[in-house]
Formats: sequence, structure tokens, C-alpha cells
Amino acid sequence: MPARKLADLVKAPTIEEVGLYINGIFIRADTSWSVLQAARAHGFEIPTLCYHPDLPPEGQCRLCLVEIGEPPRTRLVNSCTYPVEKDLKVQTHSERVMQARRIVLELLLAQAPAAELIKELAAQHGVYETRFHIDDEDERCILCGQCVRTCKEIVGVSAISMAFRTPEKQVATPFKEASEACIGCGSCAFICPTNVIPYTEKDGVRTIWGRDFELQACSKCGNYIAPKAQLEHWARLTGDPVETFFVCRDCR
Amino acid sequence: MPKFESVDHLTEYRRKLKASRDPKQPLVLVCGGPGCLPLGSEDVAAAFREAIAEQGLDGKVLLKTCGCQGLCSKGVKVLIRPEEIAYQGVTPQDVPEIVEQTLVSGKVVERLVYHDPASGAACVHKNEVPFYQGQVPIVLRKLDLIDPESLDDYLAVGGYRTLRKVLFTMTPEEVIDQVERSGLRGRGGGGFPTGRKWRICREAEGAVKFIICNGDEGDPGAFMDRAVMEGDPHAVIEGMLVGAYAIGARQGYIYVRHEYPLAVKRLKLAIEQAREAGFLGSNILRSKFSFDLKISQGAGAFVCGEETALMASIEGFIGEPSPRPPYPAQAGLFGLPTVINNVETWANVPEIINMGAEWFASQGTEHSKGTKVFSLVGAVNNTGLVEVPMGTSLRQIIFGQGGGLRNGNPFKAVQTGGPSGGCIPEQFLDLPVDYDSLQQVGSIMGSGGMIVMDHTSCMVDVARYFIGFLHAESCGKCTPCREGLTQLKYLYEEITNGRGQMEHITLMEDLCEAMASASICGLGQSAVNPVRSTLKYFRHEYEAHIRDKKCPALVCRPLLKYTIDPETCTGCLACVRECPVGAISGLKKEAQEIDQELCIKCGLCYEACQFDAVKRE
Repeated sequence: MPARKLADLVKAPTIEEVGLYINGIFIRADTSWSVLQAARAHGFEIPTLCYHPDLPPEGQCRLCLVEIGEPPRTRLVNSCTYPVEKDLKVQTHSERVMQARRIVLELLLAQAPAAELIKELAAQHGVYETRFHIDDEDERCILCGQCVRTCKEIVGVSAISMAFRTPEKQVATPFKEASEACIGCGSCAFICPTNVIPYTEKDGVRTIWGRDFELQACSKCGNYIAPKAQLEHWARLTGDPVETFFVCRDCR
Repeated sequence: MPKFESVDHLTEYRRKLKASRDPKQPLVLVCGGPGCLPLGSEDVAAAFREAIAEQGLDGKVLLKTCGCQGLCSKGVKVLIRPEEIAYQGVTPQDVPEIVEQTLVSGKVVERLVYHDPASGAACVHKNEVPFYQGQVPIVLRKLDLIDPESLDDYLAVGGYRTLRKVLFTMTPEEVIDQVERSGLRGRGGGGFPTGRKWRICREAEGAVKFIICNGDEGDPGAFMDRAVMEGDPHAVIEGMLVGAYAIGARQGYIYVRHEYPLAVKRLKLAIEQAREAGFLGSNILRSKFSFDLKISQGAGAFVCGEETALMASIEGFIGEPSPRPPYPAQAGLFGLPTVINNVETWANVPEIINMGAEWFASQGTEHSKGTKVFSLVGAVNNTGLVEVPMGTSLRQIIFGQGGGLRNGNPFKAVQTGGPSGGCIPEQFLDLPVDYDSLQQVGSIMGSGGMIVMDHTSCMVDVARYFIGFLHAESCGKCTPCREGLTQLKYLYEEITNGRGQMEHITLMEDLCEAMASASICGLGQSAVNPVRSTLKYFRHEYEAHIRDKKCPALVCRPLLKYTIDPETCTGCLACVRECPVGAISGLKKEAQEIDQELCIKCGLCYEACQFDAVKRE
């Protein structure tokens, strides 16, 4: 989602509550919450893949779908972005929801057959194999975009992004070349739910996204702290000299 | 062009402008629309300029290149006013004759007018041509009247009168009320009531609001919006001015795909002219209303026609849709309340305010008011832009304006609404076309594409083509659309290559259900229409492909079989010489035979045989 900074400034924080119904049970929720947040806060389980509590929701994976409204006028929406509304009727496990989730999981099983997480989630939904065509048996990336959002929102460097459209959709650095913007922090690999972003560390060098990063050793104990580029990024953010960060957390 | 400082100034200028123009003066309008331009409009116009000068008619005869005249299959079109003689298929070589005969001697060059395919009767004047009969041009009205690059022309036909009316005689609420009562619905395909959208945006909190014109027309074969942007750019600007006044916006954007360079050029020019004349900028016509426009160019992604993706693109991000709510009217461009309407919707607005909501609402059906521009293409005699009242039957459009199918071929289906529309079979030809009726038969209004198909179209292949298009254009953000289209494309390849299984139909139906209800945006949700409609109305064709491994329309090459009838074959060896893989053998003067193992089904033998001995099934 594009940065909606201008609007955030205009909007005042809310502390009001609304009442809504999840699976027929009346609950109260902060008006700033999504249906997913409200449901989880009250113990209703909704499966998610691309959602992460520390990241802005995108509604990509479509696993958190819920059915809202009252028959016959109901529709499926993704609960991670849908805001709570007064008297909203939500079904988290209706037949329509489950059918859509099963198809989504079946599609993901075909797209990323090597992703263990998908196999587990699918099994939880009674889906043990896919009827769909598998193109690449080794594929693990489910294009959830958590890495992209982490790099942009948490790290703040936007070194990677989604590239191309459906036929070749992938996470990549600009022009798939080693990126100047990357600080080698590895947050993308850390957050990845299917462990698909490769990186190596050898002889004080971390290699990720096609670029080598020299690791900085702690000036006290000599253990590697982080890539130099990442510490320089911190120095730029804080205005402190980069040497400030040359001591690891244990020795500080 | 002066800068208009007051209403009186504008009125006085318009009065003088009209007085200086003689409505009886001969006027040659050469069509410069998307269809005629590549056929050589510019050369025809140049030839006219030369011939007019040669005949000493300079100053007596006016020459203009105008926007699309509609009947694109008969380009280059030339309209001679005031008699409204409609010439077609004009080449530069025809021009001296037209000038000599029509402009000098007042005669008609009969070979260059429309002839009814059935009766052969000549239709000299525009209103005699069946294509134009029954059309009610509101959006296209000025396209064959004005030079799109002339603000004077636009003013002379009443342009910017609506702007004056709303600024000085109407409150924003009254404007919204008019648009609401007119029943205008979004012409981009969604069909959301325009007035209600404006009201939500007007009532949304926030001092800064935007309006956007969606000119990212991307449906294959559709060019309604392009024709309007190229042929009447000031109408779009005036419509946006009215909308901006109504919702309280000071800044607007026109989002045009960069594959429309002429539209971009004309809009840029029109914006400059409007600024110069004081219709855009601060304190317009000395009112308290200020508004300006920017053009934002898209890079050709189909999905950017989706409103949230379009706004992301204007903001400089990847053109991917985002889930609603929040709706653009609440939190749109840069997170601020935004009204986004498409070109045709905006172009309707000045006429609605000018002529009144009741006048507009008197056209159309109960829930779909006004007219709709359709881009009528495919297997019909007359292709081009048609503007008819909502509720006109498919039969009237295809067999009336469209002049029936080419070569008298039987009608098979019409696909409405662009790549994600459904294919409507013959049984619904009398369906009155509006938003709701199309949806009931499994298609959509979309932005107004209308592709007519005859018996030579294989419906499985048609669906395969549209799924292929949508697969290439899907942004890939959400799983159902990205993976659903990938799988659908794969299944269509299997079926059209003779590897289909009956279970594939069940898979397709399951995919359609998930995509329609679980995709983020309209692209994925409506992508299922070509699949579902062909499965519903032409299921026997799927079964023929899968079960019998046959393509009844003889389109899907891998399913064809070529054989040589030994009775008819004369052994002339014409086919043998053509066959690129040496699959045909036999003795000279005796019947030949095709080796099915070697045959690549290219059909060259079929074309080469002069005795109809090569059979295709």
C-alpha cells in the first residue's frame, strides 16, 4: 500500500469502540481495528499468510477471507484490511469462506510446492494435494510481500520490491542488479515465512541479493555484529558517529 | 484568445464569435479519428487544402480535421456541411473530384457515399446512413462539428456555458442533486451512481480533495474514450470543472495511457488553452472557485484502469490495486477524498447540467439512464463508435447500426465489456442493453466494447485468448487472480491442444468461483466472465474439444485433421509442392495421401488444392 502519510497527519487517533458480531457472538472492538484484529483479540481463529502484526496489511494472500453481511447479501472480504463497523456480521468459517480458502491453498500448493508452511496450512484445511498444474517443484516463494514491506516500513530502505506482473511476478532489486540501497541487514530473509531468500555468511562477508557485505567485528569481543553498511545506515539515522555501533549488544 | 475576466466578457466574446460564423458556409470535415488517421486523414486533408486553393475557394470553403465520425470501417470519412453529405473511403486521389463536383457544382459523387449492402441504395446524407440512424449522440455530439484543437470552435457550439452556469447560478449541492437525479452511472464499467459518489466525497472530511479522469482505456478493440479525448478534449475538462466545483476540489488529474499520444497532445493543448482563457487557474471567471489540471501518463498496464491501482500509479508506486474500504471517495489519492470517473462519464456531465437532469433521465431504462457509446467491432459490416440510448437491443446495434454480419454469415455470439466480459449467444439478441441486463446474462457493460462473432469463431479459443490477455495483465498481487489465471491459461492450452479432460471443466468452475469472490479487484473478479459464459452457453464446444478432440469451428489447429479424398484427387501434386514437411505422398496422376504423423496442420495443402480434394475436419 502506498504511504498514506498526508492522511495520517489529518486523522486524529480514536479510542472509541464499536460492537459487532463474529460467528453470531457480540464483541466490542476499537474502531481503528481491522476485523482480523478484533477477531484475534477475542479468540476467533483466522488463518493468515501475508499478514504480520508489525506490518501494514496488504490483503494479498486472501487466506484471511471472511464472509460479511446477512444472507442473501453477503460477500467475502479480507479481514486484515476490512475495518470493524457497528453491527457488522462476520462469519469466519462459513462454507463459502472455507471453499475459497481451500481453493487458495490448493493454488498455493501448485505454485509453491516446496513451501512447508503451505503444506501445513493446507493440511489444516483438509487439503493434502492439489488438482492444479505444478510448474516448478522446487518453488517456495508465495509472493506474500512480507519481505518487501519489511524492507520499506521497518528497515526504511526499500531495496527490494515486487517486479513484473502475474506471468513473471517476483521479488527483486531494481533491474535485478546488486542494489546500492540494500544494507545487507537480512530482515527480508528473517521475516520470510517460507525461508526462500538465500544468503550466506563466510569469512566476515555476508552475501545477499547478489551483493557482498563486509561484516563489522565487535571492537571488544571480536564477534561479528552486522554488515558495515547497516551500521552506517544506523549512523545516518541517529546522527551518531558510526564507531558508536562497533560494540556488540553483549559487550555494551 | 483573451483571458476571460468576467461572465459578460465571455458572453460578449461568444456572441461576436457566432456572428462572425456563417452557418451556411461550406465546411469540409475530414475525420481524424483513431480509425481514419492511420488510413491517411492527413493526406486527404492536405489534398483538400490544395484542391480548394486550386479552385479559388480559399476563404469561401472552410476545411477542418475533426474527431471520430463513427463509421470507422469506411474511412477516410469526409463530411460536407451544411448539407451533411457523408463521403467514405476517401483517398487523396478522390479529393479533386469531390471539390469540383460537390463544392463547385453542388453535385454528389455517388461512388463515395454509403450504399446499403442489401438494397444497394445510395445514402447521400449522414442521416440516411443506417449506421447513424437510431443513434442519440450526447458524448459524441461535437466530434464531427469542431476542430478539437480550437477553443473557439468549442465556444461556438456552447462550450464552457455549463461552467458559467454552475459557478454563478448553482450551489455545489444543486450540482450534485442534478447529477444524482439524472441517474448517470459510471461509464467505466462499474456503473456506480455518479451523483452518489460525488456526494460521499463532498461529505468526506478533509480540506483537500482531488478529482481524477480515468483515461486508461485498455480493452482490446475499444476506443470510445480515446475518441472523446482526441475529438472533444474541452468537454472532459469542462465536466471535471463541474465535478471539482461540486465536491470542492482544487486539483485534478487526467490519467491517460501513453499509447494514446494524440490524446495526450490534444489534452495538453486544451489545458493550456483553458488556462490562457481563464477557465483553469485561480478565481475562475472572477469567482471564488479555483481549479487546475495535470496530466499523468500511464505506462500501459491494463490493471491501472482499476481505480486504486491508477491512484497508486499517479502517486509513483507500482500500479497494484488495494482492498476497499477505504473507498477513493473517502481516502483516495494521497489518502485524501477523491472522485474518480472515466472519460465518458465526465463528458456527459456538461450536457446533463446544461440540458437538465430530466432531459437526460428521459433516455434509457429504469436503472440505466442516458446513452452509452459502444465500440462495435468484429464480424459486422459497419464497425465503429455507436452511441445509443441505454436499453437499445443487441439486435438493433448489431443488425441496425452494424448493418448485420459480413458476408451474411450467421451470428454466433457477441462479447460485451472488454476482455472480462461474457459471450452472449443468439437467444439474447433482443436483450435491451443496460448495466443490469448484461449482468443477468453473465456479461458486463464494461467500458463499452462490443465484439461480434460469426460461425468462424471457436468459443473455447475466444475464451483462451481473453484469459491469455488477462493473465498477462493481471498485476499478480492477490493469489486467486494470479494463480487462478495461471491455471486457467494452462487448462485452456491443454484443451485447445487436444489434451483436455472432462475433469478440467470442474476445475475451471471451481477456479471461477474462488476468483470471482476472493480477488482484490475487478480484474480478477470479472476475469471469470468469458470462462463462465462460454461454459454456460457453448458447453458443447468444450465437450467436442475434450471428448471428441475436435474443434467444431475449425480454429484450434492441433485438433484439425487434413485428409485427401481419393475420389476427387487428380494427382496434380499442387499440395505436395506446398507441403513444408513433406507429409504428402503418392504417384503422379493418382490420389495422394497425407501422413498424419508428419502433418503439422498448417493448411497450405487445403489452400493449394483447386479440386476441393483436401478435406479439413
